Amino acid sequence: MKALSKIYTVLVFIFLYAPIAVLIVYSFNASTSTVVFSGFSLQWYKSLIHASATLKSVRNTIILAVTSSVLATVIGTAAAVGLEKYKKSAFRSSIMAVTNIPMMNPEIVTGISMMLLFVFIGRIIHSDSVLGFGTLLIAHITFNLPYVILTVLPKLRQTDKNLSEAAQDLGCKPVNAFFKVVLPSIMPAIITGLIMAFTLSLDDFIISYFTGGPGFQTLPIVIYSMTKKRVKPDMYALASLIFVSILILLILYNLVQEKSEEKSNPDKSARR
Amino acid sequence: MKDNAIIELKNVSVSYGDETVLNNLNLTIRDKEFITLLGPSGCGKTTTLRIIAGFIDPDEGEVIFDGKKVNDLPPHKRQVNTIFQKYALFPHLNVYENVAFGLRIKKVKEREIKAKVEEMLELVNLKGFEKRNINSLSGGQQQRVAIARALAVHPRVLLLDEPLGALDLKLRKDMQAELKAIQQRLGITFIYVTHDQEEALSMSDTIVVMDGGVIQQIGTPIEIYNEPQNAFVADFIGESNIVDGVMLDDCLVEFSGSKFVCLDKGFDKNEAVDVVVRPEDVDVVAPESGMLKGVVTSVTFKGVHFEIIVDIGGFKWMIQTTDFHPVDSVIGLYIEPDAIHIMKKSRYSGLYGDYSSFSEEFDELSKPEEEEEE
Amino acid sequence: MNKRTNLRAKLISSPYIVWSVLFIVAPLIFVVYYAFTDNTGAFSLLSIQALPKYIPTFLRSIWFGIVATIICLIIAYPLAYIISKKTDKVQRTMILLVMLPMWMSFLIRTYSWMAILQDTGIINSFLMKIGLPPVHMINTGGAVILGMVYNFLPYMIMPIYSVMAKMDLSMIEACQDLGGNGLTVVRRCILPLSMPGIVSGITMVFVPSVSTFYISQKLGGGSFDLIGDVIERQFQQSYNYNLGAAISLVLMVLILASMAVMNHFSEEGEMVI
Repeated sequence: MKALSKIYTVLVFIFLYAPIAVLIVYSFNASTSTVVFSGFSLQWYKSLIHASATLKSVRNTIILAVTSSVLATVIGTAAAVGLEKYKKSAFRSSIMAVTNIPMMNPEIVTGISMMLLFVFIGRIIHSDSVLGFGTLLIAHITFNLPYVILTVLPKLRQTDKNLSEAAQDLGCKPVNAFFKVVLPSIMPAIITGLIMAFTLSLDDFIISYFTGGPGFQTLPIVIYSMTKKRVKPDMYALASLIFVSILILLILYNLVQEKSEEKSNPDKSARR
Repeated sequence: MKDNAIIELKNVSVSYGDETVLNNLNLTIRDKEFITLLGPSGCGKTTTLRIIAGFIDPDEGEVIFDGKKVNDLPPHKRQVNTIFQKYALFPHLNVYENVAFGLRIKKVKEREIKAKVEEMLELVNLKGFEKRNINSLSGGQQQRVAIARALAVHPRVLLLDEPLGALDLKLRKDMQAELKAIQQRLGITFIYVTHDQEEALSMSDTIVVMDGGVIQQIGTPIEIYNEPQNAFVADFIGESNIVDGVMLDDCLVEFSGSKFVCLDKGFDKNEAVDVVVRPEDVDVVAPESGMLKGVVTSVTFKGVHFEIIVDIGGFKWMIQTTDFHPVDSVIGLYIEPDAIHIMKKSRYSGLYGDYSSFSEEFDELSKPEEEEEE
Repeated sequence: MNKRTNLRAKLISSPYIVWSVLFIVAPLIFVVYYAFTDNTGAFSLLSIQALPKYIPTFLRSIWFGIVATIICLIIAYPLAYIISKKTDKVQRTMILLVMLPMWMSFLIRTYSWMAILQDTGIINSFLMKIGLPPVHMINTGGAVILGMVYNFLPYMIMPIYSVMAKMDLSMIEACQDLGGNGLTVVRRCILPLSMPGIVSGITMVFVPSVSTFYISQKLGGGSFDLIGDVIERQFQQSYNYNLGAAISLVLMVLILASMAVMNHFSEEGEMVI
């Protein structure tokens, strides 16, 4: 039974990592083929440095991911703090239902629905090129918001209701009590929400595909237009680089988290 | 204003929607006293505490602190501090920083903060815990941090909202004694909220018994126990047999078909009253020499005494006695005049004081619900 | 709570409320609006009337979606169980490994499958090397489903795992204690208890599978049009927004209906994410 489950696990992971392994291997291929491996070479990594359009799209993607995730985190955290104060009511549950829509709806529907809105606005202001950084930013903030709200809200519910009162009791003004006590105590959830929003935004293709324009291309969009033709291994090289950097980031994040967990519950960490 | 009053509530009322939480409450709290607000869940005791702290604006009435109306004073400007039910310690700060929090807000010098925090941690027996994380402390230790944190800012009045509710029995007893000692040593006013009558009796200088948003009785623990003002108070504090009676004359009452001499006067002739007799004040005698006669229906051994339920004319009395009397035996009861306490009829008459449906499990089971209160 | 501060706290959620009305609710209204108008903006049922033409595409999408979801469930369930029984440190690493591929562009990963499945691709070169006949895999329905399973498998593993990780071990022991053998324990205890995870896994795989538009283009070679492809073409090639909106509207209703059905199955009616 044990051996069986081990074999099974290995098989599933082979399935999950096969295409990634393939693209990493072929990123070192000496020829343009993505089928036949004709020798080790770093030429695709070198040619990447000169692919200015690709590099620009990487920069664009990061700019978009940072701005959209930060803005979504600010708006979403504020929303969670406010929503938590509402008693159960039709108003509150309808807001929560609306919040769930971007998570439930197929991405393509979210994408085209926002595109229709932007196109309509473009028609009103007689502009042919509304689609660009602005519309992408709005779209990304929109699909990031639910994730931020739904991570922060449960944390807020968990924290002691009297925390803010305790701070006021000790002489804090209500606003300061929020920033000195409530905000720090929900900070872990806020950071989780921020990271989630950031990675979602980095990775998004479908919604960006419909709400973006030629003026501001993100990496997934560039990759898409490349895969329409024949992919050259420089794309594989880029993907490999991205994979390795994500892997390093994740390992670091995990180490940091492990450390902080050990610090906060010295007696619990043994059991966890 | 009474000479040494520190807090006065005048005609205070609070309601949420249709629900009246406090109804025209009047209360004077004297400086340096240990006062307890006692009552079942939903009686308004926590609301009263939160009004004093400034977290709730009363719909009507005045809150007076040290002779000045403080209705509009926000919580952070009031000289009162609160120990919250679940302590509300700041999870992102360690023990030292939690205790120092109020001092930092006041911009006290770092050296003084250090001295004060150390003094406070010593007061609550938590020396050496400065660097500990809040989540790594036990319930009792968290409780102590909460006390140290509140006392560090020198409040005139300390408000305690069921502070021992989350602790186990043994720890609760220890903390009761410790809290009382701290209060006496520091000489500050404690306003203590609890639903535990034993806790109230053993710690307080004054007890305020509340129910339904109304104060039922204010008095010392002894007054509250010996002279309950109505059936609610009599039943809530300790065990009581409460029977219907008629006041025939000053110092003469009739109940359960017999006439009894008592010490109470000033009632109308033939006024219907509630008669309270505490289970421990009844002497068991031979049937023929008793003032009342009844059949034992159940006996429970309690260690120091037996608790027996006696059926007297259909009404079940609870009696505590050191002698064993078997079930179905007939016994006589003798009641001294000073063991009889007469109360005016109230809306609580007839609701309490009969032990016919008495069961201990029932008593135990009903306790946990009392934790939740707005 | 003090009434004034309470009101102030509620107010800080207003930017979000305004945002969600503008960018969540309004766009959906536009979908409806475009579905029932023509390109001049006048009321028209032309787009709606064109819909029956797409019924076969819808059916294929639903069928592929169902097959991919079932395969995902079959693969994910044992794996989630295996992971949940490991020590905490191993669990954490394995979950990380499950999620890691999701952080890479799904476009490139899907493209990479082309290299593996092609007639002259990696698998077939290998088969020929060991003397076996090549198998035609690319541009088949099976390849499209494989792409779906590959891309959305983590969405099935995660929710089932998180339910199983929280499952009380003593509950399983109690079940064994009451006389259940291996299979009975799975059927009577573990399965019902993990139902919320299964339900949210199914929705998290089914929704993107039904609506995907890239996978079928790359691995299906254009001969297995799915509904997502049709929608994409209306917006990015033929610029028939009205028809695209009408098809999207149907897709949305379809998804919401199937989710309502799924939620009916899970007792809590809530999603575990």
